[in-house]
Amino acid sequence: MTEAIDATGLVKRFGKVTALDGLDLHVATGEVHGFLGPNGAGKTTAIRILLGLMRHNGGRVTLLGGDPWSEATALHKRLAYVPGDVTLWPTLTGGEVIDLLGRLRGGLSGQRKAELLERFQLDPRKKGRTYSKGNRQKVALIAALASDVELLILDEPTSGLDPLMEEVFRQVILEEKRRGDRTVLLSSHILAEVEALCDRLTIIRDGRTVETGTLTDMRHLTRTTIQAQLAGPPDGLATLTGVHDFQLDHDRVRFDVDTDALEPALQKLVQVGVRSLVSQPPSLEELFLRQYQRADR
Amino acid sequence: MTGTGKLIRLILRRDRSILPLWAVLLGLVPAGYVASFEGLFPTEADRVEYAQVSASNAGFVTLYGPLHGSSLGELVAWRAGFLPVLVALCALLTVVRHTRTDEEVGRTELIGAASIGRHAPLAAALITTCAASLLLGAVLTAAMLGQGMPAEGSVAFGAEMALAGCAFAGVGAITAQLTSSARSARSIAIVALGVSFVLRVGGDVSAIGDGSLSWLSWLSPLGWVQHLFPYGVNNWWPAVLTILFTLVAASVAAVLLTRRDFGAGLLPARLGPASASFGSPFALAWRLHRGLLLGWTVGFALLGLIFGGVGGSVVDIASDNQGLSDIFARLGGSDALVDSYFAGTAGIVGLIAACYAVQATLRLRDEEQTGNAEAVLSTAVSRYTWAGTHLFFSLLGPAVVLTAAGVATALAYPAGDFGAILAGTLVQLPAVWVLAALAVLTFGLLPRLSAVAWAAPAVCLLILLVGQTLQLDQWFLDISPFTHVPHLPGGEASATPLVTLTLIAAALTAVGIAGLRRRNIPD
Ligand SMILES: Nc1ncnc2c1ncn2[C@@H]1O[C@H](COP(=O)(O)OP(=O)(O)OP(=O)(O)O)[C@@H](O)[C@H]1O
Ligand SMILES: [Mg+2]
Repeated sequence: MTEAIDATGLVKRFGKVTALDGLDLHVATGEVHGFLGPNGAGKTTAIRILLGLMRHNGGRVTLLGGDPWSEATALHKRLAYVPGDVTLWPTLTGGEVIDLLGRLRGGLSGQRKAELLERFQLDPRKKGRTYSKGNRQKVALIAALASDVELLILDEPTSGLDPLMEEVFRQVILEEKRRGDRTVLLSSHILAEVEALCDRLTIIRDGRTVETGTLTDMRHLTRTTIQAQLAGPPDGLATLTGVHDFQLDHDRVRFDVDTDALEPALQKLVQVGVRSLVSQPPSLEELFLRQYQRADR
Repeated sequence: MTGTGKLIRLILRRDRSILPLWAVLLGLVPAGYVASFEGLFPTEADRVEYAQVSASNAGFVTLYGPLHGSSLGELVAWRAGFLPVLVALCALLTVVRHTRTDEEVGRTELIGAASIGRHAPLAAALITTCAASLLLGAVLTAAMLGQGMPAEGSVAFGAEMALAGCAFAGVGAITAQLTSSARSARSIAIVALGVSFVLRVGGDVSAIGDGSLSWLSWLSPLGWVQHLFPYGVNNWWPAVLTILFTLVAASVAAVLLTRRDFGAGLLPARLGPASASFGSPFALAWRLHRGLLLGWTVGFALLGLIFGGVGGSVVDIASDNQGLSDIFARLGGSDALVDSYFAGTAGIVGLIAACYAVQATLRLRDEEQTGNAEAVLSTAVSRYTWAGTHLFFSLLGPAVVLTAAGVATALAYPAGDFGAILAGTLVQLPAVWVLAALAVLTFGLLPRLSAVAWAAPAVCLLILLVGQTLQLDQWFLDISPFTHVPHLPGGEASATPLVTLTLIAAALTAVGIAGLRRRNIPD
């Protein structure tokens, strides 16, 4: 079994609302997998199905080789989950919650807990009701990271963390990755975080998977922006496949071009004659924005 | 205080269905009593006899308060004597909901930025709640006038209810400043109401006996408003006392508010252990339920002590009062009177225990809504285990508190039969379980309507309070599981209803749990 998470065609309806509409998610064992999508895309819903908290209406899903709904209790010994909006019991201290959740999962390392408390600079003696949002998040993160499990499911784990703590989180996950004995599913809105941490990622929108692959694959889907001053009329350039948002102003052109279509476009430019040329490198950010924005259509 | 007006409009909008419900509905209840009392006791002589027996019946005085006259109006006002408790409960819940609850979940912060004075949320909650209480009083007065009752008495009657609401709106305002959690604020305010009720009962029941403790009533705002005696002496000075109390309470709350930080309570948060000595789902449930269980156990023991302690007065009246001896003989002699008193108080204790059971059961829903359930259920804890550990407390907790009440009652009345008094309290348990099971059922099948589970104890209370007065049909009385519980001591002990109620409770619980197994969490 090489896939830690294997979901195909997942459908989840809440009454008339279809939250998941044929979602595919495949996470290989040992990888850090990014899970992205605009607000309301269905990330949290998908995660809740993986955790056996909700039952799907269609499609099939296995988690760590088992059925997340019927084998929930056994599977949960092998995973830890950090919810997007962490709440704590008001009368329990942070330290108590970390120990409790760890033990309920089937064990945690006291040494690892102490180390993480130190690195995240968390006072474990405070009562749940007195923690700030970021500190509540840290409690759940430490409880998950110190647990003795093979799969981490993190739903926007850094929301509410300050930049310093976000950096600590990245370091910790990178160390996990180097050790290579854990699989991580990381739902996030922070692109830099995803770029820094993830081997592969899945982008979903309106409950459907729109893009999945490695970061390199994704870069292939990105577009380079070209601005050039030409010696003659750019005949045929605008209609070339892979060229988008073509603008012409006297002898100046500006257009975006898919990575695959870069070569024919450049050849065309050379044929016409180029006086000056500026090219902007492809950015993942733009790809994400483009994928996110299509939701508006 | 800037922005108070805006906030009042916001409260009225958010509570547009619940506020009229209690303000108008509770206000209309007593008017219904008028016709039924006229029907039950058509002549002056009937009323005098009924009033004489009732005024010295400790069970009645416990529930409804003191009775000093026999006119139709006085009987109706007396019989509505439990209403101030309900009005006070609605008022304190409303105030806490619009002050501490809002602050705790961050709604206050959201509007706080919009140029709203520091005291505005408190002022808005108090003004709205007091206005609703006054509306209730006005509705009651109008309804009584509509039944042709005397004007001054009707106004005094309305004032009794309205002032009970205002006084406990003030209490709620204070408790909302004390702790940072709305739940604790609510609990402290409800305990204050309970203490107030117990003090009134202690004083009033003592007053019909030897009178040595009758001053206790004067420590209780509930005692004050009941001493208005509408349609009788129409005493107005306790009303002044209650108004002063409300003003003082509101000022105290306002001062406390300026002494604390936003979002914090006055009682400081202390540091706790850095690691847990526990790590099982049951231990977690124990941590979450132990405060509730301890509080209710102490409360039930105190209630038992009061009920048992005034038991002696019941005998005194029966033996001392020459004029009443005939009537008591007809009712079965003083033993029967004492027995029926303890059977009556056992019924009240059972109903209160049901409130605890419902509250403890709905902790499951609290846990689900806050997101804590998600955290626990994503570990190796199954839904059955999770629900089971909580239900352990909501089903066995009532057994503990009922035992506390029964033992305390029996100890405080050494002349009685210890076993019989304790048994009278414990037989309530199956009926309590039925109400707890209804809460499990709604939680499992219709989680979003979980709060509807509170309707069950409310209906049972209504049946207890108005059922016999309004001479309702037996089928209606039979809706309440408490109707089927054997009346002990004195009544016939039969196991059949107890077994039947237990089986019903088990079946409802099983269906609720099966529903929970299938549904989304959170829903
Ligand atoms: N219990 C529920 N009942 C009804 N609709 C729901 C429920 N939970 C989620 N939804 C709907 O399902 C859709 C997906 O929501 P979900 O919370 O999974 O999105 P998300 O991708 O996690 O968004 P975000 O980035 O804001 O966290 C939304 O349209 C939401 O309104
Ligand atoms: Mg989400």
